[in-house]
Amino acid sequence: MTANAQHDAQQSPNGRSEAGKAPRVGLFVTCLVDLFRPSVGFAAVKLMEDAGCRVDVPAAQTCCGQPAFNSGDRKDARAIAEGVIRSFEDYDYVVAPSGSCAGMLKKHYAELFDDDDEARARAEAFSAKVFELVSFLADVLGITEVNAQHEGTVTYHDSCSGLRELGIRQQPRRLLRSVEGLELKEMKDSDVCCGFGGTFCVKYPDISNKIVEEKTRTIREAGASLLLAGDLGCLMNMAGKLKREGSAIEVRHVAEVLAGMTDQPAIGEKRRG
Amino acid sequence: MVEITSPAFKANAREALADAPLQRALGHVRSGFIAKRAVAAEALPEFDRLRDNARDIKDHALAHLDLYLEAYADKVEAAGGHVHWAETAEDARRIILDICRSKNARTVTKGKSMITEEIGLNAFLEEHSVAPVETDLGEYIIQLRGEHPSHIIAPAVHVNKDQVEADFRRVHTHLDPDRNLDEPTTLLGEARAVLREKYFQADIGITGANFLVAETGTSVIVTNEGNGDLTQSLPKTHVVVASIEKIVPTLEDVSQILRVLARSATGQDMSVYTTFSTGPRREADPDGPEDYHVVLLDNGRSSMLGTEFQDMLRCIRCGACMNHCPVYHAVGGHAYGWVYPGPMGAVLTPSLIGVDQSGHLPNASTFCGRCESVCPMRIPLPKMMRHWREREFSRNLNPAAARYGLGLWAFFAKRPALYQALTRVAIGTLGLMGRARGRFRAMPLAGGWTRYRDLPAPEGGTFQAQWAKRHGNSRRGTR
Ligand code: SF4
Repeated sequence: MTANAQHDAQQSPNGRSEAGKAPRVGLFVTCLVDLFRPSVGFAAVKLMEDAGCRVDVPAAQTCCGQPAFNSGDRKDARAIAEGVIRSFEDYDYVVAPSGSCAGMLKKHYAELFDDDDEARARAEAFSAKVFELVSFLADVLGITEVNAQHEGTVTYHDSCSGLRELGIRQQPRRLLRSVEGLELKEMKDSDVCCGFGGTFCVKYPDISNKIVEEKTRTIREAGASLLLAGDLGCLMNMAGKLKREGSAIEVRHVAEVLAGMTDQPAIGEKRRG
Repeated sequence: MVEITSPAFKANAREALADAPLQRALGHVRSGFIAKRAVAAEALPEFDRLRDNARDIKDHALAHLDLYLEAYADKVEAAGGHVHWAETAEDARRIILDICRSKNARTVTKGKSMITEEIGLNAFLEEHSVAPVETDLGEYIIQLRGEHPSHIIAPAVHVNKDQVEADFRRVHTHLDPDRNLDEPTTLLGEARAVLREKYFQADIGITGANFLVAETGTSVIVTNEGNGDLTQSLPKTHVVVASIEKIVPTLEDVSQILRVLARSATGQDMSVYTTFSTGPRREADPDGPEDYHVVLLDNGRSSMLGTEFQDMLRCIRCGACMNHCPVYHAVGGHAYGWVYPGPMGAVLTPSLIGVDQSGHLPNASTFCGRCESVCPMRIPLPKMMRHWREREFSRNLNPAAARYGLGLWAFFAKRPALYQALTRVAIGTLGLMGRARGRFRAMPLAGGWTRYRDLPAPEGGTFQAQWAKRHGNSRRGTR
């Protein structure tokens, strides 16, 4: 990580971290990373530590509550949100390696407490500290390049929540361009949904399949050997489809490449050797 | 009423996915509309500001809807027109039929109107021996085919040229059977010639309205073919059918919203025709109807006021949300099973026909948010779909298995220690099972996933377990 990764203490939303002191970040691992791809979590930790942050992982976390929220179950979503806020509200920042989960924490928690001004204010204060990983590195820490190497061509898919709820588009591309040896080949319609949609993909598998088929077609047309994105749900969907189609294109979370941690097999691939 | 097949959404969708000509037609929606809108929005630096403005105008109108409706009705009557209030679709049909009867009407021409689709007007008029003739080319085509619109601004977007040619040959039997119809322009010319006759036969012209202007009592329609103008100015009687939320306070407001309407819909700066009508023909007017009626339809709108669905009443029916919707692109408009497809239909339809009939619609969304990002009226469509899911959840309308699964998951998600103990074991096992291939081709209880794609196997060992091993409790928040 380059030295211009200076944390500006003024940017700390709660003013807790004093100038010169490392910002304290609570890593919200996300349930999919926790269960399916821990290496993304370790890549996130490395990226933030290299940038001078002190990273903690609160034990009391499971999921952001989005499955309940998007299924119309506000009561459970709210109970989960209360737990997350309690675990994380003392950190300077809360960072998640997922635009979708970060979007939930940042953009939707407050509305779960519509009927309680105090709880709502508390949720808003919490949400102000939440960032998606790449946006945190680029927008908050001001990082413009990373110290990593990857020989090969990659294409980047813009996951919907990160793109449209959090405005993440240029940040990952800018950082990827700083990776030595990496060539970015844009796919057509990189901003179009991959058809994952959380429970949507199992509730409406036929439609989801049609959407992901379109996606894998544009991925293949891009002619890159590695597909990256910032959300594990979308990545598992696209990787699962590519593998079913017999494609050799590998799939990884963008953090793995930015952190230079690509020793483990790509998503859905078996261990080498 | 239009037949409702929304409960069969899944089956409709499967059928649509297997329909090769339909899939080809949907490809045009994906490529055409999106690029054109993007260019138009890009070319206008103040586009986003205009969207804010448009939203504010409608919000204001909705906040004082009763007031503006009364002002509008007064103006219409002052201009010599007649206003009819219809609470339900049934009322509206009755009122229109009564007008037809009072004029001994045999034929009515129609401008393109979603509201007359909503009230099932054509079928009703036919039952009562009045022949409706659609004059918008797309509407004319689907009328010949006995279908309903599959898109709110491009009703026949699902039909291809060869199908149109076959329909024209089937219906236009008075023309030379050996005529050449290879070119789309020839088809257009033929439709024009046939329709021209109908305009002159028609006793009544029926149009919808894009806007109703309270200040002047004016109804406004936008079209690209000019058929709306002929429909409303040639027959002796003009009937406007419009739902109550079409109201805007002033002509200035209309011109503001018009600036975002066509750009969002087709990427045009303005539609080819924007036509204002106020009352019947006056002494000095060169043309226009002798008689002018407005049917103001509620049909469930007023009960949306003051609820979490009020914002939906800002909709100006531009179609941008469906043009940008991956689900619409996959299944087309008919799969939605009623009049309004795409994201706007997923929110509006449950309000109008009940969520128990149309529960699939707000659920069949990935929440990708592209609809909201292009909606000129800044309607938070995904958020309102979620509100419908909340209503369904609180009324136990969603499937029992899904509720059970969600409840079980939530039980553990609320108990981190228990959750981690459980996932540590489960993920460890799954990781071992998937080790050889790195993915699963099939998985019990995950058929929805593995029917079409492999399931990547867990790397092995949860993050939490690995982190605890490395750091103990030293760098773990413990609350
Ligand atoms: S919801 Fe918005 S984008 Fe969709 S038709 Fe209405 S105004 Fe247009």
